[in-house]
Amino acid sequence: MSEATLHQERAAASLRLERALIALGIVALIAAPFFIYPIFVMKMLCFALFACAFNLLLGYTGLLSFGHAAFFGGAAYFCAYAVKAWGWPPEAAILLGTAGAALMGLVMGFLAIRRQGIYFSMITLALAQMFYFFCVQAPFTEGEDGIQGVARGTLFGIVDLNAPMTMYFFVLAVFLIGIFAVWRIVNSPFGMILRSIRENENRAISLGYSVGRYKLAAFVMSAALAGFAGATKAIVFQFATLTDVTWQMSGEVILMTLLGGIGTMVGPVAGAGLVVGLENTLATSGFPVTIATGLIFMVCVLIFRRGIVGEVYARWLGRKG
Amino acid sequence: MTLDTATAVRPGSTDQMPRVVLAARGLRRDFAGFVAVKDVDLDIHHAKIHALIGPNGAGKTTIFNLLTKFLQPTSGRIELLGTDITRAPPARVARMGLVRSFQISAIFPHLTVLDNVRVALQRPSGLGYQFWRSLSALDQLTPRARELLAIVGLDDAAHRLAGDLSYGRKRVLEIATTLALDPKVLLLDEPMAGMGHEDVGMISGIIRSLAKDRAVLMVEHNLTVVADLCDWITVMQRGQVLAAGDYATVSQDERVRVAYMGTEHGGTEHE
Repeated sequence: MSEATLHQERAAASLRLERALIALGIVALIAAPFFIYPIFVMKMLCFALFACAFNLLLGYTGLLSFGHAAFFGGAAYFCAYAVKAWGWPPEAAILLGTAGAALMGLVMGFLAIRRQGIYFSMITLALAQMFYFFCVQAPFTEGEDGIQGVARGTLFGIVDLNAPMTMYFFVLAVFLIGIFAVWRIVNSPFGMILRSIRENENRAISLGYSVGRYKLAAFVMSAALAGFAGATKAIVFQFATLTDVTWQMSGEVILMTLLGGIGTMVGPVAGAGLVVGLENTLATSGFPVTIATGLIFMVCVLIFRRGIVGEVYARWLGRKG
Repeated sequence: MTLDTATAVRPGSTDQMPRVVLAARGLRRDFAGFVAVKDVDLDIHHAKIHALIGPNGAGKTTIFNLLTKFLQPTSGRIELLGTDITRAPPARVARMGLVRSFQISAIFPHLTVLDNVRVALQRPSGLGYQFWRSLSALDQLTPRARELLAIVGLDDAAHRLAGDLSYGRKRVLEIATTLALDPKVLLLDEPMAGMGHEDVGMISGIIRSLAKDRAVLMVEHNLTVVADLCDWITVMQRGQVLAAGDYATVSQDERVRVAYMGTEHGGTEHE
């Protein structure tokens, strides 16, 4: 019994800590653009949402996708094209990008969930590479140049997104909606089944769950949220290029998630902040960014395997996994 | 009873369950040239406990995997409650009421004991796909989950992590989650393996009460348990059925004594 109450207390303590961290984070994000260059924070927020969307699959379902750049970059293209070619308002273009990413997720997921483990990852990588070469060739992406000069436009016809602060708070709203969606999915009856599939897939099958459908649903949700982040990024930077659909981008989101800590809500945000921050700091110094992130990743794997946030939880609260 | 008479009585058509609830005919499974299971016929009856015994490598677990569709038979036919399930996916077979346990205790180690049972209750309650609702939607399942935990004596451990339980308690937790589905046919793969004497008595009691209104098929090495508990015994050797019958019949069979005990004079262990 004492062990049972201890476990309950620890669970409650980690919940309190997570809530406190989230409250602190929101306050910091509201204050951030007054102290830090807003474009930089917006970039961080887009990647943080991307990493959280990816973590929905890796951390909570146990599926390692190596092709998430296709959803992130694909949505950026759809969104940028809708604004530039059809003159769509930003909110509609972002929704189109999100829906497009969800549809791609449905097709890629349908093919990939038939295999497990490394084979699953390889199929997602192969399909994402096919999409990359499609983007290189297709006329609507404008090839190596990318879609440039995408107008930020006015949100719902009233709010002018060209003002940096307005743009910032719109991105912050997108980020919070996206994070809330991930949190809701993870802490829902459906999320419970995802966790049990990650823990013991055969047992979940023997309890009558068609695990393929659950994996596909999680895959589509993760792809849609990654697309939500990618489409928003296209509006922020006013362009969509090949960079966001390369396999290096898929690798980067894995790095962010692992650095921060898989299977935690705060981890991927911290990981994305670290990687984007590092890239920005080192961009002007001439020191190769990849060497720095590579070294940090090695340290992470050797010393704190659970990732930064995961390690904090484990050390302070004895939370496992 | 033949397969045809079994299909004649369909579930739902009468108040009574068909006597044969699970039937296999000519079951065969090849693994790259090696025949793991060959020409196996099985009839599992309602409200009876069946045992599948035989030396290691006789194909008992393969048969479990074939019946629950975790493996596809190379040839043969399987019927559950009068429906052909030879090509059905494993999750559908489970939803039809054929639920199995595993040789290695199958639990969700990082979920609490209570959540392990609630996960099993979730699908029949239609709460599987609800991603927009809070976890408190599952609170409605808690009373039933607690009842099931009480049956196996785990009610005091509801909030512990399942992975922290002792080996024996993990196995009874698995039985509790299986019970949550109220299966028509229960397949237990070595439910007593690695258990202490007192736990064996408790599990025997649980299995006996479960078999009152469902069929049970179990793989078991402990012959004392088999003799005490099981109504019908099928002895396997090298993937084939060597003998079948009640304990008295099977234990007198010369071929069984040679194959299973390794000697013609090997008495039965429980005597």
